Amino acid sequence: MISDIIVIIRDYWLLLLIGQYPNGPLGGLAATLILSILAIAFAFPVSIALALARLSKSPFLNWPVTALVYFTRGVPLLMLILWGYFLVPLATGANVPSFLTMLVTLVVYQGAFLSEVVRGGIVALGHGQMEAARALGHSYLGAMRYVILPQALYNVIPSIISVFVSTIKDTTLGYVINVPDLTFAASQINNQLLTQPFQVFFILAAVYYVICWSLTRVAVATESRITRKRAGMVPLPTAKSLKLAALTDQPS
Amino acid sequence: MSSFDLSEILGNPEYVSMLLLGIKMTFIVAIGSWVLAMTLALLLLGLRYAPGPVGNAFVTAYVSYHRNVPTLVQLLLWYFGIFTLMPDPVTFWLNDHNAEAIFAVIGLGLCQAAYFSEDLRSGMRAVSPGQMEAARALGHSYVSSMRFVMVPQGVRNALPALVNHSVSLFKNSSLAVAIGVAELTYAVKEIENLSFRTFESYLLVTVLYLVFSLMIMAAGAYVARRADPLRRARA
Repeated sequence: MISDIIVIIRDYWLLLLIGQYPNGPLGGLAATLILSILAIAFAFPVSIALALARLSKSPFLNWPVTALVYFTRGVPLLMLILWGYFLVPLATGANVPSFLTMLVTLVVYQGAFLSEVVRGGIVALGHGQMEAARALGHSYLGAMRYVILPQALYNVIPSIISVFVSTIKDTTLGYVINVPDLTFAASQINNQLLTQPFQVFFILAAVYYVICWSLTRVAVATESRITRKRAGMVPLPTAKSLKLAALTDQPS
Repeated sequence: MSSFDLSEILGNPEYVSMLLLGIKMTFIVAIGSWVLAMTLALLLLGLRYAPGPVGNAFVTAYVSYHRNVPTLVQLLLWYFGIFTLMPDPVTFWLNDHNAEAIFAVIGLGLCQAAYFSEDLRSGMRAVSPGQMEAARALGHSYVSSMRFVMVPQGVRNALPALVNHSVSLFKNSSLAVAIGVAELTYAVKEIENLSFRTFESYLLVTVLYLVFSLMIMAAGAYVARRADPLRRARA
């Protein structure tokens, strides 16, 4: 069994790493990572805008974003991907690669989840910071820009890393619309070999495990560093902090 | 493309019965894996509190694997990988009994058990150790202070996370389509293929998913309100 796994890795490592790249679209692990990084990079500014809109008192900003957040929490990502697969080419009028469809879908989905993370960070800061900044003569946006967001975003760095891990795991769903990512490469190998499905999917699981496990360790280390820096000790979780964590933690 | 018309789908008995079968299968997979996940989560939580390092190490490894490997990959590994390694009689039996659905329940259930057990654990950790000491000082045994003092508070703390992960479990039941389970997402793709009404069929199923998820969230909020010890004091 182990020798089979080594043989598969030796024969197909390039396909797993970059897909059929020079002869076809970039795929494999490279595509998975690029897709996740681009998704989180675009989702980040979107999420700050959504969080500010959700915190605003104006119902015209508040309601649509709240609806969007509940929508993304209530509908499976797979369904959103199917929507993207149908709507993105319709909107752009061109034959869009499935990579781009997946990217757009992930930005919307993770943007909504990330906005809850950012909102949690802002709410956790408390009123005092905002009131002090306003008292010192900052406008609302100025206070956000110079006082609230720098602190809130710093505090939620571990959660942002967790969302990044979720994004990496979510890219696997691109499998259903044939995004050429790592899962797609593995199933291609499986289709060529036919006889060793367990070995192929074991390699696939192991690769994801190594990447996501390392990133989770980074998140845990950052979290304890931030906590120590802020308080000098690690506090017990409170019912309120659990409630906020529950909103942003998402298995996939 | 012709204009928007939901009755093209809802007026066709064939499509309606496909939808209903899909809903039924989605609920079978979701409820089956929820029960499996909760049972396993309680076992894992018990192992965490068991004396000795072995139980704790096992649970840590279990949780780590199931949280760091994408659920879809876990399902593919179960259905395409582990299924083929099973002895022939088991394979035949499973093939006669909707193997896809069984593996979807096993895969989703094992995966979600990791999340549920962590939710319960962090809920328990949020209960102050003073509660345990006070219960012991009042003459409760360890088991009885767990039963009457620690666990009720721990579960109450864990409720928001448990509800959220139950919604995720329901949503993740759609991943079963990748291993060929005929659930709601599968039904929508079939209907779309037959009717060419992409927009209408997607809209219908999206609304269905949304309604069921919101119902789970509302049920969770209701349970959380009922479990709030200050409910009567506030009223």
